[in-house]
Amino acid sequence: MTVFWHEIKRGRTAFAVWTAAVAFLMVVCVFLFPEMRGEMEQAGDMFSSMGSFTAAFGMDRLNFGEFLGFYSIECGNILGLGGALFAALTGAGMLAKEQKEHTADFLLTHPAGRGRIVSGKLAAVAVQILMLNGMALLLAAGSVLLIGEEAAWDKWLLLHLAYLFAQLEIGAVCFGVSAFLSGNSAGIGLGLAILWYFCNIIANLTEKARFLKYFTPFGYAEGADIVNSGRLDGGMLLAGAALAAAGILAAYVRYGRKDI
Amino acid sequence: MNIIETEKLTKYYTRAGRLYRTGPAKIRGIVDLDLAVPEGSCFGFIGPNGAGKSTTIRTLLGLLRATSGRARIFGKDCASRREEILSEVGFMPAEASFYSGMRVGELLRFSASLYKRDCGKRAGELCERLQLDPLRKIDQLSLGNRKKVGIVCALQHSPRLLILDEPSSGLDPLMQREFFSLLSESHKEGATIFLSSHVLSEIQRFCSHAAIIREGRLAACGDVAKLSRSNAKRVTLYGKADLSQLAGIRDRKKTEQGETFLYSGEIRPLIGALSQAELTDITIAEPDLEEVFLHYYGEEEGAGKGEGEDDGILA
Repeated sequence: MTVFWHEIKRGRTAFAVWTAAVAFLMVVCVFLFPEMRGEMEQAGDMFSSMGSFTAAFGMDRLNFGEFLGFYSIECGNILGLGGALFAALTGAGMLAKEQKEHTADFLLTHPAGRGRIVSGKLAAVAVQILMLNGMALLLAAGSVLLIGEEAAWDKWLLLHLAYLFAQLEIGAVCFGVSAFLSGNSAGIGLGLAILWYFCNIIANLTEKARFLKYFTPFGYAEGADIVNSGRLDGGMLLAGAALAAAGILAAYVRYGRKDI
Repeated sequence: MNIIETEKLTKYYTRAGRLYRTGPAKIRGIVDLDLAVPEGSCFGFIGPNGAGKSTTIRTLLGLLRATSGRARIFGKDCASRREEILSEVGFMPAEASFYSGMRVGELLRFSASLYKRDCGKRAGELCERLQLDPLRKIDQLSLGNRKKVGIVCALQHSPRLLILDEPSSGLDPLMQREFFSLLSESHKEGATIFLSSHVLSEIQRFCSHAAIIREGRLAACGDVAKLSRSNAKRVTLYGKADLSQLAGIRDRKKTEQGETFLYSGEIRPLIGALSQAELTDITIAEPDLEEVFLHYYGEEEGAGKGEGEDDGILA
């Protein structure tokens, strides 16, 4: 618990900035919707005629004039991508920063087993992701109620759940990667998140690349699919869970044996 | 009982970037190190940079995994029972880095909580004696003050064994004195002290036992008094002498009026040679630890194992 609270304390500024940024942008987007509803209906027609560009973001399958269609694209990108970058940065830095800042000597010469240190840090990553999503969810829900929109709440919640799962997966995999790094981890974490994001875009563009969806957390956190089907893709979710588990396992095994 | 014991402890580092670099894939850390640190002793660990002092310490503390051999502290295996061992060890690294943004007091409490102890009272006393303000931010501390934070972290939980890696560097003379008096107090209360340093006078003054490490291997080990009182003598001649028949001469240097050398052979031939020399003056003295150290490091040839054995100070 000591390591967990220490990490929560250390990460509080970054957490506050990311949470405030994501939540603020989401709230702004929600408040823009009533004004944009009319325009969006026309824009939707326009978007649907733009071919592969709209397909890349799943916009060909969504109605922009409906609140949930608008929400899943706009807020989906903010929370999906913003949260993913936060998860990647937090996860990738968690173990690597001790070596980069030469504090590993301090921490690992205290009687806290490496396993316990990894657990504490992993919990800190998970809790920060949970809290960011919780705050975003509460503020977004409040804004939706304020503008008087009747969202299909079950689908709306499912969207948020999918983003949360995706971020937890990204956090877990980057955490695993972090155990192998001793220098600058931010670049690798962000690179991974962006790579996954583009994998999903490519998978949206062509049927041949659809298998990529199983390798990227953005595959099951795809607003268009969730809004249309009202469920999460079990296969992709399972593949994601397996990848996350592999990341966590790698972190315990590697960090337990690592030379500092 | 020995507090620290190593048997043929060996550590090779894997060379980074070995896919595209030429040269050996493994880099020597320490090789076949046999070390025994008796309980309650002040043990000095001497060697220049890169000799393997820090590698030894890091392997003992479980930061590094040994390539082969064994290390035990309190009779417990260092690799498998790390946590138990560390709960009774105080460690001070050569270059202390702490978490940025924290205050001294916060860091000390964090350290204590990792030991699951409340060391507030002891930490307060130590800060007072070392003139360290617990409210200061760690980022704003000078090197010396950061060193003091390291000292308090190592001492506040009253450990059974103190492992100190070049602890006095960066401290001003007054603080060094205070630091060594703190160490003496811990020692009197029963703590064993393992002190790595290349300041030989410090080891000579403070330690009862010492080991010298050279290129990853143990070069000598024993009582500090015995190490410096080896058979070798520092002979300084004023005048001319023919020493060509004499074996056991090292570190021979010409001076303005004669020459000086370390002699570790039999005394009778030396006297014989000197009796025929034209001398105006002569001194024959015990070498200090510095010279013992130089004996192992100063000369690349001849300073190796073979000659050391003549001195009877090899481990």
